[in-house]
Amino acid sequence: MDVSTDLVSHHHAGHHPHQHDSGHDHHELGWWRKYVFSTDHKVIGIQYLITGLIFLLLGFTLMMLMRWQLAFPGRSLPLIGNLLERAVGPGAMPDGRMTPDFYNSLGAMHGTIMIFLGIVPVAFAAFGNFVVPLQIGAPDMTFPKINMASYWAFFVGGIVMLVSFFVPGGAAKGGWTSYTPLSVITDKGGIHHWFFNGQTLWLVGFILLITSSLLGAVNFITTIIQLRAKGLTWMRLPFFVWAQLVTAFLLLLAFPPLEAAIVMQLMDRIGATSFFMPTGLVVNGAAVAISGGGSPILWQHLFWFLGHPEVYVLILPGMGIVAEIIANNTRKPLWGYKSLVFAALVLGFLSFIVWAHHMWLTGMGSVVSAFFQTTTLIISIPSVIILSAFFISLWGGSIRFNTPMLFATAFLPMFGIGGLTGIPLSFNSADLYLHDTYYVIAHFHYIVAPGTIFALFAGIYYWFPKATGRRMNEFWGKVHFWPSLICMNVIFLPMFLQGMLSMHRRWYDGGQGWNIANEKVWGLSGFQWNVPISAAAWVMGLAQIPFIINFFWSIKRGEKVNDNPWQATTLEWAAPSPPPHGNFAVTPVAHRGPYEYSLPGRERDFTMQNEPIRDSDREAYAAAAAAHH
Amino acid sequence: MNETQQPTATEVIADGHVKAGHAQEEPMHDDHSHVAAHVNKYLMVGGLLLLFTGLTVFLSYVDFGTHKMNMAVGMVVATIKAGLVAMIFMHLNAERQLIYRILVFTVFFVLALFFLTYLHWYDPISR
Amino acid sequence: MDIPYTTTARPDTGLWNAKIGIWLFLASEVMLFGGLFSAYVFLRLDALPGYWPHGLLNVPVGTMNTAILIGSSVTVVLAWAALKMRQFNRYKIYMGITILCGIIFLAVKLAYEWPDKFQHFGAYIRQDRLEKYEEYLGNHHMLERGLEPRVEITGHLHNHDALHDPNIHEYEVQLDQVNAAPTDPASDRPHFWPLPKSQKIAVIEKADVEHAEMFVPKHNTFFATYFTITGLHGLHVLGGVIVFTYFWLPIGANLYKRNPEHLANRVEVAGLFWHFVDLVWIFVFPLFYLL
Repeated sequence: MDVSTDLVSHHHAGHHPHQHDSGHDHHELGWWRKYVFSTDHKVIGIQYLITGLIFLLLGFTLMMLMRWQLAFPGRSLPLIGNLLERAVGPGAMPDGRMTPDFYNSLGAMHGTIMIFLGIVPVAFAAFGNFVVPLQIGAPDMTFPKINMASYWAFFVGGIVMLVSFFVPGGAAKGGWTSYTPLSVITDKGGIHHWFFNGQTLWLVGFILLITSSLLGAVNFITTIIQLRAKGLTWMRLPFFVWAQLVTAFLLLLAFPPLEAAIVMQLMDRIGATSFFMPTGLVVNGAAVAISGGGSPILWQHLFWFLGHPEVYVLILPGMGIVAEIIANNTRKPLWGYKSLVFAALVLGFLSFIVWAHHMWLTGMGSVVSAFFQTTTLIISIPSVIILSAFFISLWGGSIRFNTPMLFATAFLPMFGIGGLTGIPLSFNSADLYLHDTYYVIAHFHYIVAPGTIFALFAGIYYWFPKATGRRMNEFWGKVHFWPSLICMNVIFLPMFLQGMLSMHRRWYDGGQGWNIANEKVWGLSGFQWNVPISAAAWVMGLAQIPFIINFFWSIKRGEKVNDNPWQATTLEWAAPSPPPHGNFAVTPVAHRGPYEYSLPGRERDFTMQNEPIRDSDREAYAAAAAAHH
Repeated sequence: MNETQQPTATEVIADGHVKAGHAQEEPMHDDHSHVAAHVNKYLMVGGLLLLFTGLTVFLSYVDFGTHKMNMAVGMVVATIKAGLVAMIFMHLNAERQLIYRILVFTVFFVLALFFLTYLHWYDPISR
Repeated sequence: MDIPYTTTARPDTGLWNAKIGIWLFLASEVMLFGGLFSAYVFLRLDALPGYWPHGLLNVPVGTMNTAILIGSSVTVVLAWAALKMRQFNRYKIYMGITILCGIIFLAVKLAYEWPDKFQHFGAYIRQDRLEKYEEYLGNHHMLERGLEPRVEITGHLHNHDALHDPNIHEYEVQLDQVNAAPTDPASDRPHFWPLPKSQKIAVIEKADVEHAEMFVPKHNTFFATYFTITGLHGLHVLGGVIVFTYFWLPIGANLYKRNPEHLANRVEVAGLFWHFVDLVWIFVFPLFYLL
C-alpha cells in the first residue's frame, strides 16, 4: 500500500488549517494506523481502489489466458505456459497446454474476481468511500472503525480466493454462479483437502466479502442520512451520492439471502446435508450417499435474488460517476435531475423482483414466466430514462473532451448496446435459444466492461487531482482511451454473432469440435472469430500499460493543480487537495443544487454548492422557471 | 410517531426554508419519569409473551382439522408475539419516520423472497 | 476530529448515528434469516409425504429455552431503562441476569439438546419395502386415519458400528414408542413430554433402507435446516452475550462515568439486536419444535 501513503500524505503547505479540530489525533497516529489500519475514509477508499484495480488486472489476466485456449485449443501456450505450470502446480498446464479443469477454474474465478473483488470494491467501496463524504461535506464516515473492518474483511476474503488457486485441485470450477449440485460434488475426494479445496474456499471467501459489503452498506447509508452538510437537502445531493445510496441498499438487502445460501452450500459440502441435493442423485454411475430431499432450484433462486440486484450494484455507481463528469464537462446542469433520482430509486426497487429471468431454462410455468418477463421489461424503463437524460445533457453543451469525459461519453453508447441487447433475453422464448451462449456474454460484458469499467476509468481520471493534488497526463490518457474503446468492441461485437450461431459459453475447445461453430458468418466461422477476439483482448491488455504508468507517474510528477481543477460545483472540490484528516477547513454549508453550471448573471460558468445565493441568482431562477411554463 | 408533539429543534437552512425536526425523545434527564412509567409496561409485555408461548405449545396439540390449519394458528400466535417484541421492546410503536421507511423496504423485499417459495409451489414443473 | 451525532440526535432525522446503523443491520439480518426461512418453507413444501418429521425435538426443553430468552429480553430493556434513570446498580443486576440467561440458553442447546439428537438414530425404509416393516410403521392404520404415512423407523441404535461397517448387514434398533406401538391412537400425534424408549428391538436390514443416519444435519432436510438455523441463531446469541459482557465489565461500564447517556445508547443498540435474536427464536420454536 505504498502508493496510498503517498496519495494522502502529500501536503500542500497553505492548505492545512489546524484551527479545526481535525488536528489533534492526526499527529499521534503512527505509520501503521495512518496508512494501513487507517480509519480515514480517504485512505480506505484509496486502499480499496488499489486493491480492486489489482484484482481487476488479475481477473483480466485470467481471461487473457482463457482466450488462448479458445483461439488455439490444445496448443501449448508459449513462454507463460510453463511458468504457470510451476506456479499453480502440475496438472493445470502440462507442457503449457491448458487442462479442462484449469480452464474451468479460470472461468469461474474470472467472473468472481471481476465482479466481487474488482468492480464492486472499486465502484462502490473505493469511489463511495473517497467521494461520498466529501460530496456531502462530512468529516468522515459515521463509523470509521467499521469502515476499516469492512476493508480488511474484503482484503482477507480476496486473499482466501487467491489462495484457492494454489491448493491441491485448484480454484473453484463451478462457474461464478456455483450452481448446485455440481458445485457440491466438485473438488472432493482424491487429492482434495476436505476444507482447503477450491469450492469450499470460494464459499468461505464469499462469506468474508459479504460481511465486508454489509459493513460498508450500513456505513454508507448512515453517513448519507446523518452527515449531510447543513443545507444539503435530499434534492441537492449530487446524483453520484444518490446512486451510491441506492447501491448500498441493494447490497444491504440482497446479499444476506445469498449469505444464507452460501452457509447452506457449505453445510452441503462439509456436513453432507442435502439443502440443494435432489433425491436419487447419481454421479458417475453411483448413487451419492446423501439423504436427498433438497432442491437445486432453491440455490438458483437464492443466488439470483442477489445476482440480479448485483447487476445494478455494478452499474449504478458507474452511472453516478458519468453523471458528475457529463455535467462538469458540458458546463450545463444535468438534464432531468429529478427524473434521474427517481429512476435510480425505481431501478433499485424493481431489481428485487426480476431475478427469475436468469432461470428461464429451469422450465417455469407460464404464469410465473409471464410475471418475470413483465417486470423485466418494466425495469428497462428507468434505465432508458437515465441513459436518455445523459444523452440529452450533451445536447447544446460546449463539451470539453478531456480524458474523463471521453470515457464518460463512451459509456453511453456502450451501455446502450449492452442494455438493448438484453431485451431479447428478457423474453422466455428468445432466451431458450440464446441462453448460455456467447450472446449473453457479449450482452452483459457490454454493460460491465466498456460500461462500468469505462466509468471507473473516467472516475479515476476525474477525482485523481482531489486525491493527489495533481492531474493525470492527458496525452497518455487518450492513448489509454482510444485503443481500449476499439478493442472492447472488437472483442464483444463478434460474440453476438457467435451467440446467434448458438455457440455455448462454456465450450473448452472454443467450438472447434462443433458443427454449429463451423458455420461461416461474415467471412469467418464462429470458431475462427475467436482469433480476432483473442488478439483484441491481448492488445487491450497492452493498452492498459499507459494507464498504469500514467497513474503511478502522476502521483509524484503529474501537473500540479489547484483545489478545483475541473471548475466543478460539488462540495468535494471545496476541500483542499488532498483533503486533510477531517476533510474541510471550514464545515461547508450548501446553498444550492449540485449542477449550477453557466448560471446567468455569474462571472464564472460554475457556481459551487457552498456559494451563497445572490440577487442575480434569484433572477436567474425566476427566469428559468418562467421559461419552463 | 409522536407527531402531535411540539418540534423542539428547528433547523433553519441557509436559503430561508425552515425545517422542523422532532427531538421529543432527546436523552434528557427530565424523561426519567417517562422511562419509569414504561417499566411496568415492559414487565407486563414479558408476562404476555410467556403466556403466548404457553398458548402456542397448547394450541399445537389441539386438532384444528388439518395440519395446515395448525400451521396457520401457530404462525398467527408467533406473529403476535413478534409484533409485541418489535412494538414495545424495540420501541417501534414510537419510532422516527426514517426507521419505518427502512423497514417498509425490508418487509417488501423479504416478501419478495418468500414469493419464491410460492413460485415453487405454484409451478407445476418443479413440484 | 469528531463525528457529529454520535450521542445527540440530528435535528431533521431525530436520530443518532448508531440507531440508524443498527436498524440497517437488523434489516439485513431480516433478509438473512428470511433466506433461511424461505429455504425451510421451500424444502418442507418439497418433501415427499412422510419425509418431514414431527415431534422429534424436546418440547419442554424448547419451551423452557423460549421462556429464558423472553425473560432476557425483558431484563435487557429494564437494564436500559435503569441506565436512562441513572440507576447504575440496577443496570448491573439486570444486565447480569441477561448475560446469565444468554449463557443458560446456549448451554442447554449445546450441552443437552444437540448432543441428545446426535444419540438418536433413524432409518428411512425404501418405498418398495414399507410393507415388510408394517408392524413398526402402521401405515394401514395411518391411511385409515387420513394421516401422512410413516417411512422412518427411529430409536436407539444398538450396533453403532453398523453405520460404518459394510460387513454388518442390519441395524438393531431399540424402538421409539411411536414405532413400537404404531397403531396405538396415542402415537398418531406427537406428545408434549417425550416418551421413554420402548424395550422392543427391531432388526432392519440395510438392503431395505434408503438412508440411515444418526440425527445429525445430514440425516434429512429437517435436521439440516434445524441445525443450520439454530446454529446461526446460537452464534447471534453468543455475539450478544459477548457485547453485553463488555458493557457489564468495568472496561465498558467506565463509559458510564464519562458519559452515561452514551452507555445507555450503546445498551439500547445492543438491546435492539438482542430483541431481534429473540424475535427470530419466536418463529424458530413453533416451526421446528411444534408444527
